[in-house]
Amino acid sequence: MQSSAHTAEGAAPVPRLAAHFASLEVQTHAARLGMWLFLATEILLFAGLFVCYGCYRFLYPEAWAEGSRSLNLMMGTVNTVVLITSSLTAALAVHYAREGKNKMVGIMFALTLLMAIGFLVIKYFEYHHKFEIGTLPGRYYTYEGMQQPGIALYFTVYFCSTALHAFHVLIGMGVLTVAMIRAFTKADFGPNNYTMVELGSMYWHLVDLVWIFLFPMLYLV
Amino acid sequence: MTPSSSLDTAGAAPHGEHHDHHPNYLVDGTTIKSWLLTVDHKRIGLMFLFWVLLFFLVGGIFALLIRIELLTPGPTIMDAMTYNRTFTLHGLVMIFLFMIPAIPAVFGNFMLPLMLGAKDVAFPRLNLASLYIYLAGAVIALWGMLNGGLDTGWTFYTPYSTHTTTTVAPVLFGAFIIGFSSIATGINFIVTCHTMRAPGITWFKMPLFVWAIYATSCIQVLATPVIGLLLVLVTVENLFSFGMFDPARGGDPVLFQHLFWFYSHPAVYIMVLPAFGVMSEVVSTFSRKNIFGYRAVAYSSLGIAFVGFFAWGHHMFVSGQSTFDAGVFGVLTMLVGVFTAIKVFNWIGTVYKGAVDFKTPFAYFCGFLFFTVFGGMTGIALGTVSLDVPWHDTYFVVAHFHFIMVGATIMAFLAALHYWFPKMFGRTYHEGWGLVSAALIILGFNATFIPQFLLGNNGMPRRYYDYPERFQALNVASTAGASLLAFGFIIIALYLAYALVYGKAAGKNPWRSKGYEWQSESPPPTHNFVGPQPTFPEEPHFYVDPKKAEVPDAV
Repeated sequence: MQSSAHTAEGAAPVPRLAAHFASLEVQTHAARLGMWLFLATEILLFAGLFVCYGCYRFLYPEAWAEGSRSLNLMMGTVNTVVLITSSLTAALAVHYAREGKNKMVGIMFALTLLMAIGFLVIKYFEYHHKFEIGTLPGRYYTYEGMQQPGIALYFTVYFCSTALHAFHVLIGMGVLTVAMIRAFTKADFGPNNYTMVELGSMYWHLVDLVWIFLFPMLYLV
Repeated sequence: MTPSSSLDTAGAAPHGEHHDHHPNYLVDGTTIKSWLLTVDHKRIGLMFLFWVLLFFLVGGIFALLIRIELLTPGPTIMDAMTYNRTFTLHGLVMIFLFMIPAIPAVFGNFMLPLMLGAKDVAFPRLNLASLYIYLAGAVIALWGMLNGGLDTGWTFYTPYSTHTTTTVAPVLFGAFIIGFSSIATGINFIVTCHTMRAPGITWFKMPLFVWAIYATSCIQVLATPVIGLLLVLVTVENLFSFGMFDPARGGDPVLFQHLFWFYSHPAVYIMVLPAFGVMSEVVSTFSRKNIFGYRAVAYSSLGIAFVGFFAWGHHMFVSGQSTFDAGVFGVLTMLVGVFTAIKVFNWIGTVYKGAVDFKTPFAYFCGFLFFTVFGGMTGIALGTVSLDVPWHDTYFVVAHFHFIMVGATIMAFLAALHYWFPKMFGRTYHEGWGLVSAALIILGFNATFIPQFLLGNNGMPRRYYDYPERFQALNVASTAGASLLAFGFIIIALYLAYALVYGKAAGKNPWRSKGYEWQSESPPPTHNFVGPQPTFPEEPHFYVDPKKAEVPDAV
């Protein structure tokens, strides 16, 4: 395509400058700016759900309180800790990429991915439990224990937001897997060339950040 | 990159050895693959042009079908259900597939890097991806429309859209995918403006078209995700009855309207802001004058983008909103009028004492000015709660939004097409036919929609299949206007197609414009400029004295 290697291929950390950019700094700046804008759109995507949450919480405060109490606080807390820790390892990957330690980048992303899987497994058990007892959205709500008006809506909001979040976890895992494989096999990250690691990690922080909002909204308050 | 020496197909007249080493973008690679997998913003812009025009044709045909159906009361050519599907298809195709991408994706793509002295947009591959995302969304949405159709109108209001038996899910999913294309284009343009400006182009030396595209991109990035989420929620609800917006399950349909108009009101400015940008370029070039109040025009684009986000509630004056909310949204709506008026006065100030060169793009500018002012004034009227209540959901509203959205945008789209045609294809079209068709279009548009203002004021509701006898005369007038409009478009298609093949070579700068984009060849070479990165020492729209016409010679 447009990119052209300025130095010999195959040599260790080779920054690639696309033909239409003035310099590497500008190229990195553009990539970062683009990612920040994209993350802003992701936040806004969830903001729509937060509006739904706020609106219905205002309409059905009792249902919200009861629905919130019915969630498994233990599992939610463990998941929060897992996800925040995974954000730390993702950040460390950027740190090592800057120093050119490709093996450590790979290991850090591998750890992040393990924790992501752990998060999804815990989420699976939470979902499974709800499917068993019937605390499900809309017309699928069959649970006898809670009969507040609007309780099914609470689970609509719960499932929509956690499912959308889990979907983002999956996308993030895909991105980090590619970065991990490149770190292990090609070892081409270095002080001048760590944009992919940095942007992948930024995306992972977004996944973490959204959960940090979802957790208190759904489990705590 | 295989340099091509086939100057006959290059379009532009031979200018010496430059062309041998720098073939223009049209002939630089002639295989189908070189077009479909190109990362050249100009080729992507042209491909967008092709698709956008095709969808405009589809939407236009359905508009004519609606007008023919409304020629007489009662059934004319279709049954009521088909009518509902027809106006939904017309709205959907025109808004999501034509109006929103029309100017940014075609002319923004083509001109923005040229105007910034850049070789390409910041993310060329993302740019190509946005074309294919747009097409994928279009295919899914149209597939849904043809297999079952949708009868909700383009606004998909709940709870009807979650209960109707027609195919809602694929259409909404298609619209959701098109949203990604819009976001990708927006991010690309914002980053391009921030990082790709040639040395010397400061923010306040950017051409006003770039400012308008920049403001539009901000809206696209900020508003589109919200409707993306909303479309997903409605799709899920339609498929699985989650009850999010269903009052029978405790949901709130007014919440749907809030989220929907939070995007769809700013979307109006996604459609008209680029139009304003085009007009700033056109009015300056054809008045041979520096744009009057450059900074005010630039800032007012951002101002419209900003206040456009706080006006959505005026769509819901009769939805049970509190009087206080309605008042606030009414006032915020009128603020948009203030910023638009700033632009209108500055354009008129630019024409004042200019040396007007009344070419086809300028004819569209005149039509544009009328539609913007008339459409804008009726917008102020509709923003007034006491007036909106009787006019709500009548043909008055239909006429209003067609005037401001369609009238202004189509004028700008055609102006841009005629203004930049020589730049894009290196050929000129027949000026006489251009002026004739411009007159036809402007007349036809007025004849179509002025009767609709009267219909609405007399109380004819929008979206109705049948109407009492007394509305017929005005409906016939409107249909006659629509036919005139269609005739005008056919003429444009014919002479532009002719010009594409047989048109005279345009030369580098046929309008003798001071716009940055004209400093490149017509059509431009693949990397936009021959030689090192250009610097633009003068401000854009820089004409010292219009009477002396101190402009570069036409080549």
